[in-house]
Amino acid sequence: MYELIVIGGGPAGLAAACAAWDSGLRSILIVERDRELGGILNQCIHNGFGLTYFKEELTGPEYAHRFVELLSKTGVEVRTDTMVLEVTPDRKVHMTGPETGYVVEEAKSIILAMGCRERTRGAIAIPGSRPAGIFTAGAAQRYVNVEGYMPGKRVVILGSGDIGLIMARRMTLEGAKVLACVEVMPYSGGLTRNIVQCLEDYDIPLYLSHTVTDIKGRDRVEQVVVSRVDERRRPIPGTEMVFDCDTLLLSVGLIPENELTSGAGILLDPRTKGAVVYENMETSVPGVFACGNVAHVHDLVDFVTQESQRAGAAAAKYVLNGPAGGETIDVINGSGVSYTVPQRIRPENVEKTAGIFFRVNRIFGKSRIVVSNREGEVAGFNRERLAPGEMERIALPAKLLENVKGELTVAIQEVE
Amino acid sequence: MTDVLIIGCGVIGAAAAMELSKYKLSVTVLERENDVAMGTTKANSAILHAGYDPHPGTLMARLNVRGSELAKYYCEKLDVPYRQCGSMVLAFTRADLDTLDILYDRGMKNGVKGLEIISGDEARKREPELADTVLAALWAPSAAIVSPWEMCLAFAETAVKNGVKIEFNTEVTGLERDGGCWRVTTDRGVREARYVINAAGVDSDTIHDMVAEHDFEVKPSRGQYYLLDKSEGSRVNTVVFQCPSEKGKGVLVSPTVHGNLIVGPNAEPSDKHDTATTAEGLDFVRETAKLSVPGVDFSKSIRNFAGVRANAGRDDFLIRKAAPGFIDLAAICSPGLTSAPAIGEYAAELLGREGLELEEKESFELSRRRIRFKELTDEERRKLVARDPSYGRVICRCETVTEGEILAALRSPVPPCSVDGVKRRVNAGMGRCQGGFCGPRVVELLAKDLGVTPDRIVQDREGMWILKEETKGVPGSV
Repeated sequence: MYELIVIGGGPAGLAAACAAWDSGLRSILIVERDRELGGILNQCIHNGFGLTYFKEELTGPEYAHRFVELLSKTGVEVRTDTMVLEVTPDRKVHMTGPETGYVVEEAKSIILAMGCRERTRGAIAIPGSRPAGIFTAGAAQRYVNVEGYMPGKRVVILGSGDIGLIMARRMTLEGAKVLACVEVMPYSGGLTRNIVQCLEDYDIPLYLSHTVTDIKGRDRVEQVVVSRVDERRRPIPGTEMVFDCDTLLLSVGLIPENELTSGAGILLDPRTKGAVVYENMETSVPGVFACGNVAHVHDLVDFVTQESQRAGAAAAKYVLNGPAGGETIDVINGSGVSYTVPQRIRPENVEKTAGIFFRVNRIFGKSRIVVSNREGEVAGFNRERLAPGEMERIALPAKLLENVKGELTVAIQEVE
Repeated sequence: MTDVLIIGCGVIGAAAAMELSKYKLSVTVLERENDVAMGTTKANSAILHAGYDPHPGTLMARLNVRGSELAKYYCEKLDVPYRQCGSMVLAFTRADLDTLDILYDRGMKNGVKGLEIISGDEARKREPELADTVLAALWAPSAAIVSPWEMCLAFAETAVKNGVKIEFNTEVTGLERDGGCWRVTTDRGVREARYVINAAGVDSDTIHDMVAEHDFEVKPSRGQYYLLDKSEGSRVNTVVFQCPSEKGKGVLVSPTVHGNLIVGPNAEPSDKHDTATTAEGLDFVRETAKLSVPGVDFSKSIRNFAGVRANAGRDDFLIRKAAPGFIDLAAICSPGLTSAPAIGEYAAELLGREGLELEEKESFELSRRRIRFKELTDEERRKLVARDPSYGRVICRCETVTEGEILAALRSPVPPCSVDGVKRRVNAGMGRCQGGFCGPRVVELLAKDLGVTPDRIVQDREGMWILKEETKGVPGSV
């Protein structure tokens, strides 16, 4: 029986395990399906990681290495090349690996840190032929950065998610011609800094309110047809542009990988597609926590780290001090807000502040983030600009929560 | 000189090959593509039809009903995913009710067992997600779902185990009668055969025209599909059809043996090899399916595809002698998959009539077992991984496919040489991430097994290259 099993050895799992160790747990197991720790950071060889957390600019592997180093100073047990197949509500973890075989381990607490996957062509039903040459941006990133192969030389990118933007630059630097980045929404889905550094710096056109409406080519992609879309995202006939290319990269969204989570009977939030979590990242099953991209998709690993440290500390507290209790406040999505994490807050369990991550559902100019209950505004935060591609974070002091009962609504009021 | 040469290794060619491998004959199959099941066999509704559609007295009626029984037998013997889940044809209008009566009558005449016309309420009791507008349904308990490409593979593997030779990447370009034999010209040289079977699917008319007068034409009809995630897999438990029309059997909603939900197809004229999907086609499939099962959640789509039916504008298959020692297995439209094993059987019978000696072998190996890690119990998994650690390494996380299963496929009688070839054998890449994660791992395993660099590995057909070249820095040189 372990005190804690962490499922996933990417940035979330690493930070959570380290924090749990620091909080006093001494029997911790990390299960990682890949051959190495670090998760998706290992293929993110670009810089820009760690600006918030380490106050310096690191590459993905460097960022991961910092935590692998920290971990090596602890007694945390690691099983790589091992895949978890099932988690039961009574905290039994079924796993398989060539070294350890098929085993079932029990734990007093579990942290889910499995990350996310990319949406595919099939998920968005792009019509056309089905040749080779259509990759999710992350799969292409792995081929280029880890396997050392170019998946193609003339590239169109659908979606302006961060991985797509990063790959626009990466493919260009490796000698490919990136013809266009096409985004169905009227705004980019990625970070502004990536639009500037990965598209604008390389003169790669970004077509907003456009989408891919046909793929041509029998064996390999030969052409991609791009059309403008109306306000309801329907292609407008007559606006077609044809790009001669051999590759289409898709960066059309990330989906938390919660098959294990739902298998364990944990309540999921259809908005985040992750578990519904409390202020300490605990799920609806006591003693099971979720953090990182499996809970909700982050833009910055720094926030994953911070969130996962909270989860790790909370798991330790759960094991050492027993379950968290107290009244629950439901966090409601008000106007302009597409999701919040956490979805539930237990004020009794909040030490100094309760952080709330959220995303807005459109671009906002100068705005006020209003947190209110039935009696009125509880707190307000001013922002110059809000965008769906950039996750927002507010911190509610514990004191403010003392008198709140039932629910809290987070909403956006545009000032001008 | 081979006794029998079969052109095409879809499910029809493979079924004929397996049937002939029971006899003391030399048999060669020529396949244009790099794998079996590359045409209509891999892109269809994956249904084994009960047999109430074909007109009584046709070859199609007889082979459908016989094929459905044989398919069940072979799927069990050869470890092919198969589930007899039954089917319903829904009636929404008075005209549809008449159609149900006609289908029922045909079914009875064709010898289909267990047919029953049930009320709309009874249909909804059995399938709670059916629309309120369903007035009645024809229930056919013998209908089944199957993995079509695996059925084809199982036939091909059995044929190979029993001595049949399959030559891939070999396209027939000409046929000549020469001294009582056939000289078969291909893009890889000439083959000689005493008998030839034309199982060339959508191109069966082209092959026919090489030996006989042009008397039929394949008029391909494309059908588009949605495949939905397993979370939608139990939306229905039986195959749900709408009433057939002259265009085909209509849009169906059905579970698959792999646990997904399949929805489609439409029917539209197309080129023989045009398996593209279109926005209009997919819209039609979505809208039409919702008439039967309104709750289908298309946001759970994981793949769209299209297949081409080898229609020839007639109500029956074209299975006949076309020239001395040459038979056509042509115009194999639906229910071709169901009929395949019966067509194979009938092909052997026809060749027998043509003078081919059908002397049974003393031993015919009819067994096939595939380890599917996902389906094992904990105890079985424990023992398996202890015996062979490669079964402990999960390569495809969505479908829980292990390295051991992929390695076993690479050692099978008809090994894969492409990423999709691996997918058809072990399901790696069939899940919700569609190979995003396991694709590079499968490429690596294939490259290692075939002794080539990863940039030589194709997605599916020859020419479907995945990787262009090495990046600027040569991997492994730093």
